[in-house]
Amino acid sequence: MRLSHLLPFVAVTALSLSPSAQAATTITWWHAMEGVLGEKVNAIADEFNASQDDYVVKPVYKGSYSDNLTATIAAFRAGQAPAITQVFEVGTATMMSAKGAIYPVYQLMQDTDTPFDPDAFLPAVKSYYTSSDGHMLSMPFNSSTPVLYYNQDAFAKAGIETPPKTWAELGKDAHKLVESGAAECGLTTAWPSWTQLENFSAVNDLPFATQANGFNGTDARLVFDQQPATVAHIQDLAEWQKSHAFEYGGRADNGTKRFQSGRCAMLTTSSASRAGIQEAAKGKFGFGIAPLPYDAKAVSQPRNSIIGGASLWVMRGQSDKVYQGVAEFMNFLSSPAVQADWASFTGYVPITTAAYQRLKDDGFYAKTPGASVAIDQLTRGTPDDNSRGLRLGNMPQIRNIIAEQLEKAFNGSETAAQALTDAAERGNQELEQFERSVSN
Amino acid sequence: MTTFERHSLTPWLLLAPQLVVVAIFFFWPAAESLRQAFYVQDAFGLGERFVGLANFQHVLASPGYWHAFGVTALFSLLVAAGAMGLALLLAVLADRVLHGARLYRVLLTWPYAVAPAVAGLLWLFMFDPVLGVLTHALAAIGVHWDAQLDPGQALALVVIASIWQQMSYNFVFFLAGLQMIPASLLEAAAIDGAGPFRRFFGITLPLLSPTAFFLLVMNSVYVLFETFATIDSTTLGGPGGATRTLVYKLYEDGFVGRDLGGSSAQSVLLMILVGVLTFIQFRYLERRVAY
Repeated sequence: MRLSHLLPFVAVTALSLSPSAQAATTITWWHAMEGVLGEKVNAIADEFNASQDDYVVKPVYKGSYSDNLTATIAAFRAGQAPAITQVFEVGTATMMSAKGAIYPVYQLMQDTDTPFDPDAFLPAVKSYYTSSDGHMLSMPFNSSTPVLYYNQDAFAKAGIETPPKTWAELGKDAHKLVESGAAECGLTTAWPSWTQLENFSAVNDLPFATQANGFNGTDARLVFDQQPATVAHIQDLAEWQKSHAFEYGGRADNGTKRFQSGRCAMLTTSSASRAGIQEAAKGKFGFGIAPLPYDAKAVSQPRNSIIGGASLWVMRGQSDKVYQGVAEFMNFLSSPAVQADWASFTGYVPITTAAYQRLKDDGFYAKTPGASVAIDQLTRGTPDDNSRGLRLGNMPQIRNIIAEQLEKAFNGSETAAQALTDAAERGNQELEQFERSVSN
Repeated sequence: MTTFERHSLTPWLLLAPQLVVVAIFFFWPAAESLRQAFYVQDAFGLGERFVGLANFQHVLASPGYWHAFGVTALFSLLVAAGAMGLALLLAVLADRVLHGARLYRVLLTWPYAVAPAVAGLLWLFMFDPVLGVLTHALAAIGVHWDAQLDPGQALALVVIASIWQQMSYNFVFFLAGLQMIPASLLEAAAIDGAGPFRRFFGITLPLLSPTAFFLLVMNSVYVLFETFATIDSTTLGGPGGATRTLVYKLYEDGFVGRDLGGSSAQSVLLMILVGVLTFIQFRYLERRVAY
C-alpha cells in the first residue's frame, strides 16, 4: 500500500484526536438501574458530560444489584475496578469493611477540595452511609422506603373509608375486604424481610440486631426473634394467610403483581414502585398510598422507617485526574436540580433537604397524591439506634435466610416463634462468618 | 504404533489445544478452589488467613448442608428416574412409528436445544401462582397451586422442568441404541413365540444396557451441576430451602454470601462426591452391563 492511500485514514485519525476529545478523562460508572431508570441514569450522565469538557462519565448497566456487586468485587480483584459503582443498601457493611478497596467519599471530597456538606442529606439517608466515627463513606443516590398501597375501589366496596394506621386496624380491614367479597385477598407484600421485619422493627422502635443494628461493631448479632411484638406480627400474618386476609407473594418484588392484578387489596412495598403500579392500575382501579402501619401496642409514636435503594461507592486504583472528575460528578449528582428531577421521575425520595424543598416549591407533592408519604415517614422524629438502619455483614444472604424462614411460618410448617428463632440462629452464623473474614 | 513412538511430539501437539482448554478452564480453577478451601478470605481479597480444615468443619457441622444433601439425593433420584424412564418409553414408541418418524424425533429432541434458564422461565410462567395457565387449570380441578409457599409443589416444579430438559438428550441415545439392535434377533424371538414384553425385557433391555449405563453417569452429572439454571430461574432454592441442592447452596454461599472459603470447601466436597459416585457406578454397575 502506498502512502497516498493511507492519507485519508491519517486525516480521519487526526480529526478524531482533536484537543477536547484527547483531554477528556473517562469515568466508568457501574450501576444496576434497568429499563426506564437506566435510561434516566444515561440522561443524567449525558447532562454532566455536556456541562464540561474535561470528563466523560460512562454509565454501564451490570445487571441486578447483586450482579453488580459481584462484578465489582471480581473486577477489583483483577485490578479492573470501575471508578464508581452502585451498591444496594444491604451491601453497605461489606463495602465499609473493605478499607483498602474503597475511597471514602468524605475523604475524596476533602482531597479534591470539592464542597461537600453531609448535613445537606436527610438524616435517615445520611446516617445509613456514615461510619461509626462520623464520616460519610459513600454518596447516597437512590433511596426509597416501604409504604402501604391500597386499592381504593376495593376499599369503597367493602365500606372502609380510610386506610389503616395500625397493624390491628389493617388486620380488621383485610378480613373485611375478603369476607365482603371486595377482594380475593387482603394484603400481600414485596421484599418480605425489608418490609415485615427490618422496617417493622425500625418503625416500632424494636432492635433488629445488637450493637445498634450493627452500627457499633461487626460483633452484632440478630435479636428480632426475641422481640415479642415482632414474633406476634409474623404470627398474625401466618394466621391471616389461612383466610387469605394475607397472601405471601414471594421474594423480591414478586408480591407486587398480586396487587397490580387486583387480587390483593393492599400491598407493602417500596415507594419507588409508585410509577410501575400507576402504570399497571391505569383503567383497572384507583389506588392510594398510606404510611406503613405500626403496632400501637409496641410504640405510641411510630419512628422513622429505614431506607432501601443504593449508594455510590468510589473504588481505589484510579488516577488523581479521574478522582477529580469523580468528585465533580458527585457534586453534580447531589445538586438540588438533579436530585429533584430524579426523585419526581422515579418515586425515589429526594435525598437532600434542598431537593425536597425544591419539589415542594414546584408543587410536586400537591400535584402527585401519595408522593409525600414516603418522605414524611422517613423524616418523622430523629433516627435512634433502632431506626438508623442496618449495618450487618452478609446481609443479602441473611435476607434470603429470613425469606426462607418466613415461608416456613406462612406455609404453616413452623410457628412464627420457631421460624424466627431459626432465622436468627442461621443469620448469626452468617454474621460470625463475616466477622471472621474481616478480622484478617 | 511405531509411527507414534518415532514422532513422540506430534500427538501432544495435536492434543495441545484441547489440553490447554482443559487446563485453563478446569484444572486451574479446581486447583484454586482446592487452595481457597483452606483459607478464610474477605470478599475483596484484601487479606487471607490459613485456617486448616476449619471451613470443612463449618460446612459439615451445619444442618443446612445436610438438608441440601437430602434435597439433592431426592431430587437426583426423581430426575434421573423420570428423565430416563420417560425417554426410554418415548424412544420405544418413536422407534415403532412408520409414518412421520423424523417429525416425531425432531419434536422430541427439541427441548434439549432450549437453554435451561429459558426453560425454567417457561415453566415458571405456566405455574405462576397468580397468572399461570396451569395454575388456573389446576384450580379448576380443585388443586390450590402455590409453588412459592408449598415445598412439595416447588420441588415438583423443578423436577418437571429438569426432566423435560434432560429427557431429549436421553431420548436421542436410547433411540440410537434401539436402532442398533439387529431386527433379526427380535424376529427370531418372535418366531420362537416370545411376546412383546418378553422381547423387550429379554432382548432389547439387556442390549440397551451400555446406553443406559452411559446415560446414568451423564444424568447424575446433569442433576448435580446443570440443574442450577433451572432452580435459579424458578424457585431460587425456596420455599424454606425445599429446592436448595448442593450446587445451589454452593452458589448462594459463594456469590451471594461471598464466603469464598466455605463455598470452596463445598465445591471440593462435591468433587469428591461425584468422584465416588462415578467410581461406584463403574465398579459395581458396569459389571452388569453387557457390551
